[in-house]
Amino acid sequence: MSIVMANLCKRFDGKAVLEDFSWTVDRPMVLMGPSGCGKTTLLRILMGLETPDSGTVSGVETPAAVFQEDRLCPQLTAGGNLVLAGHGLTLREAETELRALGFTHSDLILPAGKLSGGQKRRAALLRALLCKDAKTLLMDEPFTGMDAELVAQAAAAVVRLAGDRPVILVTHDAAATELLGWPVRQFAE
Amino acid sequence: MASKYRERLLAIVAWVIVWQIAALTLGHGGLFLATPLQTLAALGQLLPTAAFWHRIAFSALRIVAGFLLAVAGGLILGAAGARWHAVRVFVDPVMQLIRAMPVASFVILALLWVSGSNLSVVVSFTHVLPVVYAGVLAGIADTDPQLLEMAKVYRLSWMARLRYIWLPGIFPSFCESCIAAMGMCWKSGVSAEVIGLPDHSVGDALYRAKITLSTPDVFAWTLVIVLLSALLSAVAARLLRAAKMRLCGEVHG
Repeated sequence: MSIVMANLCKRFDGKAVLEDFSWTVDRPMVLMGPSGCGKTTLLRILMGLETPDSGTVSGVETPAAVFQEDRLCPQLTAGGNLVLAGHGLTLREAETELRALGFTHSDLILPAGKLSGGQKRRAALLRALLCKDAKTLLMDEPFTGMDAELVAQAAAAVVRLAGDRPVILVTHDAAATELLGWPVRQFAE
Repeated sequence: MASKYRERLLAIVAWVIVWQIAALTLGHGGLFLATPLQTLAALGQLLPTAAFWHRIAFSALRIVAGFLLAVAGGLILGAAGARWHAVRVFVDPVMQLIRAMPVASFVILALLWVSGSNLSVVVSFTHVLPVVYAGVLAGIADTDPQLLEMAKVYRLSWMARLRYIWLPGIFPSFCESCIAAMGMCWKSGVSAEVIGLPDHSVGDALYRAKITLSTPDVFAWTLVIVLLSALLSAVAARLLRAAKMRLCGEVHG
């Protein structure tokens, strides 16, 4: 299964954000480009949260997403958030992966609202990677707020857990892109 | 924390002293203003009587029943109003009218529709309904749209959305409105009883104390109503907090 975008156009208030954008993604790929160039809009169209003015999208089946914001339920634990969106994921599996990304026992029992920014980001990233029925992954700047060491750990987790599913990972972090080792498409303005 | 309670206690003691001085100054054996001791003595006489507890049970049951019906109605109407604009447009003027209507007009109308003994159910219901309705609407408006988008992308079930996103969004303003409404329903319920005079009610006792010029009894009953209202508000707050933790899967750390 591949994600096929054909001739996508989207304007906001008369300003063209996407113009005749076409791309086929059949494996994990990275989308790079300066901020404000329409990458987030593209992902929102793929998630079904925006409709393009023209053009078509196909092949985005049961997606899992890392949004630009963390979007965790603040009253649940990090593990609880992963299980909620996990479609059959167990708390044990969730916590094993959270531990691997540096969560301690005391972090695991905190409500997500009280976690640090970096911890929330890691939980949001793992929520997408561990979603059991996700056939496609859409990730918007998943490494925001992580230091170099954590980016390395997180990138390794992304490569391991994404497998060979179609993935679009948006980032402007060149080091992270290198760690992922995935084909890169530059988003032209 | 302890010093905060002490400050509060000191303020209350100071006001009781002011009350005592004012009552003594007005004189006439407490006819215009009963002294704190007279009030306590009147209360002491009421407490051991079966009639006193009967009245409290009679009024509390009806006022709380009206409150609970209004909470249920406010939840349903608020949810429907948030979902369908037409419902909101249709319901809003009635809610505003109820809010603005004096208790007395309501009581006189309600007396034509229901028996006197169930008057306080209707009056407590109609006073609580607009408050809870507004609280539910505000809560739904406060629900995080970003989390709702997340729920859509991740295909969360209807139940999961309600439990983990809608309810935690609605709860803060819903709780606030319920606790405020609990205080209001006592005021309006007892006022209705004073006008409608159902037998064996707190309002009826208050009225009897007034016509027999028994000021200490008026004070004693008022004190009872204030304490009951505070007690039930505290119970409501506690139950709501427990419900929130259980329903929304909340954790504390």
